[in-house]
Amino acid sequence: MISIKNVRFGYNSRQVVLDDFSLEFTQGGIYGLLGKNGTGKSTLLYLMMGLLRPQKGSVSIDGVGTSLRTPEVMSEVFLVPEEYDLPSISLRKYVEVIKPFYPRFSNELLEQCLANFDMTTDIDLGSLSMGQKKKVYMSVALASNTRYLLMDEPTNGLDILSKSQFRKAVIGGMSADKTIIISTHQVHDVELLLDHVCIIERNRVLLNEPIEEKDHAVNLEELFIKTVKDPL
Amino acid sequence: MKFKDHKPIFLQIAEHICDEILQGHYPEGERLPSVREYAAEVEVNVNTVVRSYDWLSQKDIIFNKRGMGYFVNERASDNIRQSLREDFFLETLPELALQMQKLNISVEEVKNALQILQAKE
Repeated sequence: MISIKNVRFGYNSRQVVLDDFSLEFTQGGIYGLLGKNGTGKSTLLYLMMGLLRPQKGSVSIDGVGTSLRTPEVMSEVFLVPEEYDLPSISLRKYVEVIKPFYPRFSNELLEQCLANFDMTTDIDLGSLSMGQKKKVYMSVALASNTRYLLMDEPTNGLDILSKSQFRKAVIGGMSADKTIIISTHQVHDVELLLDHVCIIERNRVLLNEPIEEKDHAVNLEELFIKTVKDPL
Repeated sequence: MKFKDHKPIFLQIAEHICDEILQGHYPEGERLPSVREYAAEVEVNVNTVVRSYDWLSQKDIIFNKRGMGYFVNERASDNIRQSLREDFFLETLPELALQMQKLNISVEEVKNALQILQAKE
């Protein structure tokens, strides 16, 4: 369980992103974390990862504060940020380096995910395009087999075919004991994958519930617009 | 697979599988892809496909062999046609009746038009 309690966070004193903000991810499954631009979605993911520390309140994973960055917690959570650089080494070398940190890392799953993206493990990270970089890192993330996987705008910069491959990779890499949190404003790219939808606006959770089959038919975009326009 | 807005996704997937069975893509008695495989193929949540498979099982179109997965029923094509016949009388026909009433079209007129249509085939 990921628990965010009464958190305050601002990048500077004038710009407070979250204030007295609480949110819990209690069950496994695929969560869509939706919110308008600038509502603090990325900030939340960084807080969950322990890369940012709350100025008030607490963020914990299975009861342990994430700002402590204990090896036990860090080996169970993986973040795919919206933008990142990869070192100029071969994928094999890279996997060799990070593998010891993730006890359930699966080479088989890595190959399967890369195959979904029409790629192999025989690549050099230094010579990849932006889209390829995303695909490789998402494959590594899924293969790490952490209980918690956080993805920030994963479909940004992917073409239509790659978005479809991304969905297949996520479904193929998902298992019952995992929680995947996908932050996005591209609702259409992921809506049919989701088990839960969570809509936030500054300091407030507007909606955090399982998606019923009927909502899939109603269409999540409408739900999003309705909820954000007309908060409960 | 393209989904329409007005109908539950699990039902659209179930109907799609029925089409695939009728076309012989999944022969009777053969194993279906696992729930996860099928979910990845059509890019939806696993639980949605679980509901599609449940619905198909209730209609005796597929069945579950413990620990082995889902298989196409030996009489799947007959059962699908039976189910489509029910849909025709429960949904298509009442809709038609309503239209006929609205436009003041008699049964006799429809019968004649149908005969012409069938003669053409």
